[in-house]
Amino acid sequence: MKRLAKILDIRSSPHVASGQSVDVIMFNVVLALLPVTAFAVYTFGLAAILTLATAVASCVGTEYALCRFTGRETSIGDWSSTVTGILYGLTLPPSLALWMVAVGGIIAVSLGKFLFGGLGYNPFNPALVGRTVLQATFPVAMTNWPATPVDRFTSVPSSTLAWPFTEPAYDAVSTATPLASWKFEQEMTDTGDLLLGTVSGSVGETCTLLILLGGLYLVARRMMNWRIPVAILLTVALFSGLLNLSNPKHYADPLFMWLSGGLMLGSVFMATDMVGCPMTHPGCVLYGILIGVLVVVIRVWGGMPEGVMYAILLGNAASPLIDNWIQPRVYGTTGNQS
Amino acid sequence: MTLFSRKTFAHGIHPPGLKDDTKGLPIRQFPFAPVLVVPLSQHIGKPAVPVVREGQEVIRGQCIAQPDGFLSVAMHAPASGVVRRIGLTPSITGRMTSGIFIEPFPASTQEVPEGTPCDAATANPEEIVAAIQQAGVVGLGGAGFPTHAKLKMPEGKSVDTLLVNGAECEPYLTTDHRVMLEHSDDVFAGIPYLMRATGATRTIIGVEANKLDAAAVLNAAIPDGAPITVETLPVKYPQGAEKMLIKALLGREVPSGGFPLDVHAICTNVTTTAEIGRLLPRGLGIQERVVTIGGPGIKNKGNYRVPIGTPLRFVLEWAGMEENLTRVFLGGPMMGQAVSSLDIPITKGSSGVIGFTSCESSPLNDSKHYPCIRCGYCVDACPIFLNPSQLGLLAENGEYLRMSEDFHLMDCFECGCCTFVCPSHIQLVQHFRIAKAALRKAKVEAKAKDDAKDEPKPKDEPKAEAKAKMLA
Repeated sequence: MKRLAKILDIRSSPHVASGQSVDVIMFNVVLALLPVTAFAVYTFGLAAILTLATAVASCVGTEYALCRFTGRETSIGDWSSTVTGILYGLTLPPSLALWMVAVGGIIAVSLGKFLFGGLGYNPFNPALVGRTVLQATFPVAMTNWPATPVDRFTSVPSSTLAWPFTEPAYDAVSTATPLASWKFEQEMTDTGDLLLGTVSGSVGETCTLLILLGGLYLVARRMMNWRIPVAILLTVALFSGLLNLSNPKHYADPLFMWLSGGLMLGSVFMATDMVGCPMTHPGCVLYGILIGVLVVVIRVWGGMPEGVMYAILLGNAASPLIDNWIQPRVYGTTGNQS
Repeated sequence: MTLFSRKTFAHGIHPPGLKDDTKGLPIRQFPFAPVLVVPLSQHIGKPAVPVVREGQEVIRGQCIAQPDGFLSVAMHAPASGVVRRIGLTPSITGRMTSGIFIEPFPASTQEVPEGTPCDAATANPEEIVAAIQQAGVVGLGGAGFPTHAKLKMPEGKSVDTLLVNGAECEPYLTTDHRVMLEHSDDVFAGIPYLMRATGATRTIIGVEANKLDAAAVLNAAIPDGAPITVETLPVKYPQGAEKMLIKALLGREVPSGGFPLDVHAICTNVTTTAEIGRLLPRGLGIQERVVTIGGPGIKNKGNYRVPIGTPLRFVLEWAGMEENLTRVFLGGPMMGQAVSSLDIPITKGSSGVIGFTSCESSPLNDSKHYPCIRCGYCVDACPIFLNPSQLGLLAENGEYLRMSEDFHLMDCFECGCCTFVCPSHIQLVQHFRIAKAALRKAKVEAKAKDDAKDEPKPKDEPKAEAKAKMLA
């Protein structure tokens, strides 16, 4: 009894908790990305392994180094930089020079996340920040899509291993992505190929089915707000469907819009990044609609074939404003919060 | 009785029930401790005033302290014995409060003599309100608000529905459950008093669906022709909160900053109701209460009728503690307060004594803290529809005024849902308690300052005196 009086553990309520934790959530995102990642490796071979490994290593390494440098406790244990690394790697073309991959990864975590205060404070999705910088810096390398070689598990594209700060030399065979061939050559790709991912594109954006599988897992574990991808995809379908109806020859059909490019990967895994999206459900729906509209606008009228990346970043930028507008109605009040 | 009712409120959480250990155990009488300490302040409002002297002999159930004003209730001797002293005792708030120390006579039969009865059929509302105040009844669910103060109708207000709260949504606690099963007659004896005092024309007893046996017993025991219904409610925390119960059963929302009266409802805990039904017909006062003693750190878990004033040390010794007991809290694990001293006595508001061992390392408290990742779990959990994440960020910056003015901080009733779900393990509700306390303090200080302004400034007087001296 005396012993007890001395060590009474005084804590504020609640004395029980759900057991949910940031590191658990982030680790589950990694798990949800595994099928996509495995398929990327199967499709693109050694090049994908090297790209993803470099992306993850550069992101996690940057986080570790910056924590050391600023005298903080290391935060790599929360798995968030691993998620950033994998997502970032999945958005890159499989032939990108590894040194470029590393540059983008360092920028993603340092400028995209750490500069703003680390996890929870980054206004933009860090993986997309990294990719955007690469897109602006190395536009040629970022739009080179090699055909899938037969010997992908035994050889690596020469461009992948280019020395830092040298111009990578590309192997002769390069193919257009489905979006690029639609945009610039008005050629449509088979829907079945799009679903299964047997088309060219970024490392992890090609197989729609596996992306959806990972998303369903996260939704089932209540670690993802399903309203965001649903809002994005419905908006894209509606908007592009209307355009398609007005001129089927000029505008692609909604299914093609859904399955091509980075829309699935972006709407399921990037737009749903908890840090960058609004906090309320109506806010998330509005955010999804905004992204969906932007995706179609950029794809149809923009200079580039793909616009998911910019659409999500613009959505991220708008989400504090959406949160400002849309707050839940407090019990017992009539109006909204400020 | 409607089974599987969909009546509920939006948001809220589903903590594990953890009630199986004690819900099947009948209520047992707890023995008398060598010394019982009856704090004079067991309720919200002014402390009661002792009407006994040190050394005086008291009989169990005798009134030992009278209410001081309207927002105060009487206290009764929990045992026949002698008043040893009237002095300070530790309380759950962390402050010392005055209490009456009573040493029970070991050989006494501890019989309770009956007082002046109050008949529900003939008494007028004022008499019922006075009788409830004199019986020392406060909200036994844990809030400790004097029950009679809720029943007194202010001018121009009226009540149509009495809600009897049998939700008992806190994990571990099973006192209301056992009272409903074992004392349904007391519940139905108490309801007429409350209806008569308030003018309510119907009564709804709300019971969570994890206590269907209690709902069935109550339903079968409804007196013929009485305007009373029993409704089962889906199991969800904090269903037992007044505002949530009113929303669930009546679909009405108590206005922000208002009271249930504003939506013509009144809400009392089922054990409080049963206690009124037990005490008033016999003119008694509260001298004991049913307490769930449980949790992994307790050996003889159960529901006990514990004399008010029993020190926790005696409760734990008698119920038996596990070797590694480290944390004891009064009430349920969602809102219960951890005790800092084992000399704290059981009061009218103590619905549970729960012991945790070192094994229940609450992930909330023991694991790593992360920054807010804006996941929105708390926004989805808050039954009042606040934005706890936003409030938490403001609290960390000390922007308390903005929290209350722009984000309705004062509507938070500290249920703890936000903190329960937070994956970053941020102690949101504790932040809010601190912010609310700081704002209340600032308000009191501002008022004192205002009052001082109106009166002639006492500070100037010495100065003027000194000036006069210098001149002289």
